[in-house]
Amino acid sequence: MKDITELRFPENLRYASDHEWARREAEEAVIGISDYAQDQLGDVVYVELPKVGARFAKGDVFGTVESVKAVSELIAPLAGEVVAVNSALENTPDLVNSDPYGEGWMMRLRCTQPEQYDELMTSGAYVAMLKG
Amino acid sequence: MRYFPHTEEDIRRMLETIGVESLDALFSGVPPDCRSSGSMNLPDPLCEWELDRKMDEMAGQNAAVPNLTLLLGAGRYHHHIPSIVPALANRSEFLTAYTPYQPEISQGTLQAIYEYQTLAARLMGMDVVTASHYDGATALAESLLMAVRKTGKSTVVVSRAIHPHFRQVIQTYLKPTGFVVVEAGFTDEGTTDLTGIDWTDAAALAVQSPNFFGCVEPLSRHADAAHGTGALLVASFTEALSLGILKNPGSQGADIVAGEGQSFGLPMGFGGPGLGMLGARQDLVRTLPGRLIGKTRDRNGNPGFVLTLATREQHIRREKATSNICSNNGHCALTAAIYLATLGAEGLVRMARTNHNKAAYLAEKLQEIGMPLVFSAPFFNEFVVQAPPRFEAVRRTLMEKGILAGLSIQTHYPELDNPYLFCATETVSRAEIDRFLAEVKP
Repeated sequence: MKDITELRFPENLRYASDHEWARREAEEAVIGISDYAQDQLGDVVYVELPKVGARFAKGDVFGTVESVKAVSELIAPLAGEVVAVNSALENTPDLVNSDPYGEGWMMRLRCTQPEQYDELMTSGAYVAMLKG
Repeated sequence: MRYFPHTEEDIRRMLETIGVESLDALFSGVPPDCRSSGSMNLPDPLCEWELDRKMDEMAGQNAAVPNLTLLLGAGRYHHHIPSIVPALANRSEFLTAYTPYQPEISQGTLQAIYEYQTLAARLMGMDVVTASHYDGATALAESLLMAVRKTGKSTVVVSRAIHPHFRQVIQTYLKPTGFVVVEAGFTDEGTTDLTGIDWTDAAALAVQSPNFFGCVEPLSRHADAAHGTGALLVASFTEALSLGILKNPGSQGADIVAGEGQSFGLPMGFGGPGLGMLGARQDLVRTLPGRLIGKTRDRNGNPGFVLTLATREQHIRREKATSNICSNNGHCALTAAIYLATLGAEGLVRMARTNHNKAAYLAEKLQEIGMPLVFSAPFFNEFVVQAPPRFEAVRRTLMEKGILAGLSIQTHYPELDNPYLFCATETVSRAEIDRFLAEVKP
């Protein structure tokens, strides 16, 4: 596992304490897991994603991510309805490791409570949390 | 298995090491009301030959094979166990109470289970098979939970032609979870009747083939019916030997297969231990409960065997594990693998055919003496006949003569008229069947 200083936490994203990130795009948000989360998990071998149309409240489990070491639940950082999922993860789950903020995205939500976005942590606040 | 009792000297030295005066003092931490007071109500000790005689006397009160002509199956089947099977399975390397999954030291056991999985997958027509479960009933209940997980639906349709005990176990598993069990009846032919079934929110249709009446179910038709509503088809069985002659369930559209493997080299015992066989299509692999053994390569490129997909199990996921009520009947799976390897593909077919032929002979002769078949669907080695009213009295006298003749299934199926379930396996000779028929003839 890497030192926190070696990991990337882009400034244009917001972060949840469960290590998901969100990127706001108008009324929608793209969701994935942070560089820290993928580094802790190790090689991701399977990602279980929700169906398009599923609805989640903030804090709901929206899927699982399985690495060679563990299976972890994915927690929705925002409330919303799923408008797309990253089907590339079905056959190439390791995109979560290689590009957690890009090709490794997980789902796109139509936010039902967009104001929740501002409650998420900034990059700086998230790094401060990780450093404890 | 080895049993090493502690000697007085062992006990004295252990107590001395930990600084405790006596065994009673060692257990003083157990609250008094949790300890038994006074002496236990046990007879005086016996010497070895006295004990042998005593146990023989007690065992003599059982009606047990081979001193019994057994014309009964109903979930446990009397099959010949080739002597090579226990000779190999009971080697001390395989006998351990601990589940030996540490790959560094357990390649033999892991390979044996892997071989079992391979043989079972081929027989059931499934892509992947678990390392086994407690018995067929728990495997079936787990398979319905798999369907619920996979489909996100919460109702299961269960055929009434499934073994009544299996259906009870399904209730035990599903009732506290709030999932709904809808029962499907059976036709005059003796197979599952799906007319009028409410498929709303149905995750699975569960049928057994051959079913409790011995009848072979039209699995392809059931698969179409289930799949048409978005439900999975779960195919069960209690008589694994039927897989030797029937089309495998996977080729007929079953998504999950879950049944009892006792017929593969395991004694009937007192109803256990059994072998829960559970397999599924590849896309259901992550919903499978329990252990899976996989084949891999070590860093030197040598083949080896390890637990795989274990990240969903209870030692890692705790209360979120796929199942917290399953283990692996490893030694039973090993025994089944040895049995199947002993018979071979051809031997299994011949054994299955012999079973069917014996049962067909028995059924034909029973019809000739006024006990007609209740159902018209094809059967494997079991079938239901309608017996005349006086049959129960005859059956009791036959018990005295060492013949266990069928099972009344009236209490489970009150709508049938004096129905008796019969079975004939390869172990019953034609002479025995004829002797039984002569006794029953009006």
